[in-house]
Amino acid sequence: MDFINITIEDRNGERKELELPTDMGLSLMEALKANEYRILATCGGMALCATCHVEVLEGGDKLGPMSDPELDMLDTLPDAGPDSRLACQLRINDDMNNAVFRIRGDEEE
Amino acid sequence: MKTTDLCIIGAGPVGLFAVFEAGLLKLRCHLIDVLPQVGGQLSEIYPQKPIYDIPGFPSINAQELVDNLMQQIATFKPEFTLGERVDGLEKQEDGSFIVTTNEGTKLHAKAVVIAAGLGCFEPRKPAIERLEDFEGKGVAYMVRNPELFRNKKIVLAGGGDSALDWTLFLSNVAEKVTLVHRGDSFRGAPDSAEKVVKLAEEGKIDLILKSNITKIDGNGHLSEVHITMHDKSINTINADYLIPLFGLSPKLGPIANWGLDIEKSAIKVNTEDYSTNTPGIYAIGDINTYPGKLKLILCGFHEGALMAQSAFKYIYPDKHLSFKYTTVNGVHGF
Repeated sequence: MDFINITIEDRNGERKELELPTDMGLSLMEALKANEYRILATCGGMALCATCHVEVLEGGDKLGPMSDPELDMLDTLPDAGPDSRLACQLRINDDMNNAVFRIRGDEEE
Repeated sequence: MKTTDLCIIGAGPVGLFAVFEAGLLKLRCHLIDVLPQVGGQLSEIYPQKPIYDIPGFPSINAQELVDNLMQQIATFKPEFTLGERVDGLEKQEDGSFIVTTNEGTKLHAKAVVIAAGLGCFEPRKPAIERLEDFEGKGVAYMVRNPELFRNKKIVLAGGGDSALDWTLFLSNVAEKVTLVHRGDSFRGAPDSAEKVVKLAEEGKIDLILKSNITKIDGNGHLSEVHITMHDKSINTINADYLIPLFGLSPKLGPIANWGLDIEKSAIKVNTEDYSTNTPGIYAIGDINTYPGKLKLILCGFHEGALMAQSAFKYIYPDKHLSFKYTTVNGVHGF
């Protein structure tokens, strides 16, 4: 099994490195939930709710381009920036190795 | 007041199929949905997307599945209240329920089934200081009655289609319209975007790009909007109304106030019959949670079948219920 390492900054600014498998077809949202990050992900990964909003702090240029649904959803968010992505639309793969993400979306209650 | 056996809150695929399972047991159903049409997310969000995990259908378009379900349940003559949100749910002394919508519609039901999927879609609120202080006092998240804005000073915020469309519409109604957008371009319909830019060039509206509204103020009613401009300077403008248009976000909504056991925005249920902690109220489909829960349409169908058996026993505790196959007995409608 192949793994990559990424760094996640939570809502309190605390950083943690995660080792994630690349061969399970996971999205970043699913990987974050599996690692006990409190992300709502209400829509289950269809780019509909934006509760998995993340900011890419490092490595954004290597990630794949955004699809129209992701661009449309980010466009409606009041607090999205140029480095915003939806974690549900990002696949865990080699291109993501060493990337740094900050969690921005609504916290799970 | 209308009466029914089961009030089903949510007319998505799982709510629709619950009508079939209830109908086999001679229970009549009334469905209420906040959307103006049946089908839930399938019809509203991805009608043309193929679904591959409906047993017996290698592939079926979402809208086609909804149409088939409507055909399948037609014989049980379900009733519908569409475009209304259930706000109130009150249990009566005899164990039945009175359900009230935001439009004041009341329904008397012997049992209630919540099949509300993601919940209801509510306006997404931007982080603006004192925003909630002025809700209903100058801050509106949707335009219900455009006449309210006649000859008023309006500020709209957002960059999507609805922000563009309402800017165009209100430019003919309001005294002054200002559109504030955090980006420097619009992804919305190019035609609308062009028209908005043209109106701004002609001086008919004010278009403020790469800026954010950060604070609002007023004495009892909104009167000032503070905008943080691209260069971080603050621009204060007079306004009678602020309309933030940042799309909709699914929220549990009024369901959270009904005394149900809620975990992570979902209703906890007993997997024996998908009952909630309140006898007579069931939750099926994406809205519920239990160990091992999977948010799949096919799981919601199964949950509806078990729910119907239990709801029958709740409504008719003294009647005997024998399980019958449709292959043996056929389907007998109302």
